[in-house]
Amino acid sequence: MRISVRVNGVDCEADCWEGESLLFALREKLGFPGSKNACEQGECGSCSVLLDGELVCACLVLAAQADGHEVVTVEGLAEDGRLHRVQQAFVEAGAVQCGFCTPGLVVATADLLRRSPDPSDDEIREALSGNLCRCTGYAKIFDAVRLAAAE
Amino acid sequence: MSVTRPETKPKPLERGRVGERVQRVDGVPKAKGEFAYSSDLVAPGMLWGHTLRSPHAHARVAAIDLSEALTMPGVHAVLTHADVPGEKLYGLEFPDQPVLAIDRVRYFGEPVALVAAQHPEQARRAAERIRVEYEPLEAVTDMERATEMPPLHDESPTRGHGYFEDSRPNVVRHIVIRHGDPDTQGDVTVGGFYEVGIQDQAFLGPESGLAVPDGEGGVDIYVATQWLHVDRQQVAPCLGLALNQVRIHLAGVGGAFGGREDLSIQIHGAMLALHTSRPVKMVYNREESFTGHVHRHPARIWCEHRATREGKIVNVRMRILLDGGAYASSSTAVCSNAASFACGPYNVPNALIESTVVYSNNPPCGAMRGFGAVQTCFAAEAQMDRLARELDIDPVELRLLNAIAPGDVLPTGQTITGSLPVAAVIKQAAALKPPEPEEFPRDPLRLPGGAGNTTRGEGIRRGVGFALGYKNICYSEGFDDYAAARVKLFDDGSAEVHCAAAEVGQGVTNVILQVARTELGTDDVVIAPHTTATVDSAGSASASRMTWMASGAVRDACRAALEERLRRPVGEIDVERIYRHPRTSPLDPETGQTTGDRSHVAFACCAMRVVTEVDVDLGLTRVVWIGAAQDVGKAMNPQQVEGQIEGGTAQGLGLALMEEIQTRDGLITNASFTDYLIPTALDMPPVESVLIEDPEPDAPYGAKGVGEPPTVVSTAAILSALRDATGLELNRVPVRPDELVGLEGPAQPRVHSTPE
Repeated sequence: MRISVRVNGVDCEADCWEGESLLFALREKLGFPGSKNACEQGECGSCSVLLDGELVCACLVLAAQADGHEVVTVEGLAEDGRLHRVQQAFVEAGAVQCGFCTPGLVVATADLLRRSPDPSDDEIREALSGNLCRCTGYAKIFDAVRLAAAE
Repeated sequence: MSVTRPETKPKPLERGRVGERVQRVDGVPKAKGEFAYSSDLVAPGMLWGHTLRSPHAHARVAAIDLSEALTMPGVHAVLTHADVPGEKLYGLEFPDQPVLAIDRVRYFGEPVALVAAQHPEQARRAAERIRVEYEPLEAVTDMERATEMPPLHDESPTRGHGYFEDSRPNVVRHIVIRHGDPDTQGDVTVGGFYEVGIQDQAFLGPESGLAVPDGEGGVDIYVATQWLHVDRQQVAPCLGLALNQVRIHLAGVGGAFGGREDLSIQIHGAMLALHTSRPVKMVYNREESFTGHVHRHPARIWCEHRATREGKIVNVRMRILLDGGAYASSSTAVCSNAASFACGPYNVPNALIESTVVYSNNPPCGAMRGFGAVQTCFAAEAQMDRLARELDIDPVELRLLNAIAPGDVLPTGQTITGSLPVAAVIKQAAALKPPEPEEFPRDPLRLPGGAGNTTRGEGIRRGVGFALGYKNICYSEGFDDYAAARVKLFDDGSAEVHCAAAEVGQGVTNVILQVARTELGTDDVVIAPHTTATVDSAGSASASRMTWMASGAVRDACRAALEERLRRPVGEIDVERIYRHPRTSPLDPETGQTTGDRSHVAFACCAMRVVTEVDVDLGLTRVVWIGAAQDVGKAMNPQQVEGQIEGGTAQGLGLALMEEIQTRDGLITNASFTDYLIPTALDMPPVESVLIEDPEPDAPYGAKGVGEPPTVVSTAAILSALRDATGLELNRVPVRPDELVGLEGPAQPRVHSTPE
């Protein structure tokens, strides 16, 4: 089937097999490999994107369900060539190691700060508990969220 | 010796020199989603590869019928062992593993056949139509019985390599370390049995890569790996190609932790690419990743510690049993490491350490962060706490009393000649002040059980624990490898560095750039892609060796390039240099004593203080706080050093509380992130880290690797705190709620009740 999705402000079309996830379509058909495929079961958050402004795991959404909708991925956060403040904070705080979880965490953090501009430590931990990171032990990720919130 | 407390964290520089706090060079592309990982690669005309794996832990392969699979839509190739063009067996250290199963499968998930198709789903569906006729065989699943079962390998692949000659079936390696008089008695004796489950590296980026035929019979493989050149050494013979016909290029690596030392898609992808003359991409899903790589060895450990009334250890006797699974991988080295570091960083005048690793039909085990030292640190530190209780001595005091120091002799007979500030890490960790107990009521997120809202404070007990551990830096026992670096200087004053050191997330790329910028005195330095095509081997990103080895190679190449520049003021300079660490010697196969000055290059230690809370009614836990003091030699980049300590601690927390590959008759039953839990943002406490810089005299800039010591220690430290909270023995990790509420007693050996 053919789907039309607005990704990061650009209208895109792709031929998809009915069983394909939005994640697969984004990565393999639409040219947005930034969202990552770490578990494809909705457990790790590496594929977090905004679907019509709502934080979702792109692996749990069928490509067909996104037909006619709007998606923002990690590639769509930077504006005018400038890093989004969350991206900048992740780099500065040392929150990136292997970086495979980073795109999902950056999107989830941007979503958190939009909803709650000055989150408490507990709020940060709860909001990001669906995003697994295997490298950092999360400490510098929390630093990054606080840094971005303070911007 | 300098000590850096946690509060000193200035803003990082964009570009920096050795010892400065520098932000990651790959941080921006990674944060923007532009960094190309091995699973992100595409090529025109690309096909997707898929691996059919064994559903049995042990079976004879009677027949394989491909006819139906070959007719499935989109399929371009279906290959079996008969299609392996060269050597049929490969292995990291011993070639005992079939590229594709020949007549027998020895573990659940062993590769049997390959499919290439236009769409990954077509490849998966075609693989389902491959008819494999298996005749199940009895599986060896209890490590204690492995040496009494029929051999899993007709020839013993690891025999004749200078190890202790052990004729029992299924012994991968048996090592005995005899030190002093192992019959020495003490005033007090404490014994114990300890058990460690199978931990998984669970790196987030699944195994993946792209193989591209070069049109002349050779192949380029873009893959996430830890050691490009050793991959090539294994891949080329199996493809029947010369080394220079295989080029391995590092694609973005989504974490490694030892799990990418062994091959994954390299030979399989290349076979499919060469067979179809098309680029072939392979990406494991999470389930396949869990079955498709080696794990941390599960262990059973019997200990006896003897000491004087004053608390001086006089004798340590340990028997260590490790389950290596179906193939050798790096088991022989893990076995030896477990033995070498069994006593912990203590002065032990007499010891008898026996370590055995066996073949079985359980999931294959190999390298994981900590590499044998994790298992024995857990056991040895529990013993130290027991000894402290028996002697009524403060556990920190007991450790200080026995702390080893430069000039002292290890159980392997090696005298410590470099830096090893054990007393300093103990004192610094003990001096870190844990937070005061928090009053009830409080937010459930800060209680065991968390958002499950299972208590308001009833049944919560607080415990404080302490542990100490150490391990080696660089490879050991005469496996003296090297690292190469190549430096080009251009007329405009800029420079380019080539080094095949694998950037696996640990930040070695930054280290390389910081060293080059320091040595060349300019910020105008770039790093070239990591590949076998332009530079010699850098060795493995393993054994906490990469910072040390890459620093040495890059430093030497930069200095040589500057000398050449003095001779030749104009024109491009291009030099390559090889760096080697001090030589090591094998351990004597009969006594386990070093046969030269040293069997290990150097050591690094770490101590941790931990606060936990346990809901003793429900068996739920919360780690409240961790304070760590680590011997880092020289912090090349303090921000990344802290990151290694925090991340390494988290993996040890996982092993302490939740991470275990579960098996039933050798079959993995929890191959997903739904069922194999790793620590989340809600599980991790704050980690305060103190960096202790006591430069290693043999290391470039004095720097030691920093990734492993925190993983070695944190499991032991958390268990110490849980025992303090509950008063229970807790001799098995990961700890289960059943044990914490007393529904299940301490783990027991299956066969052997006492050390032999």
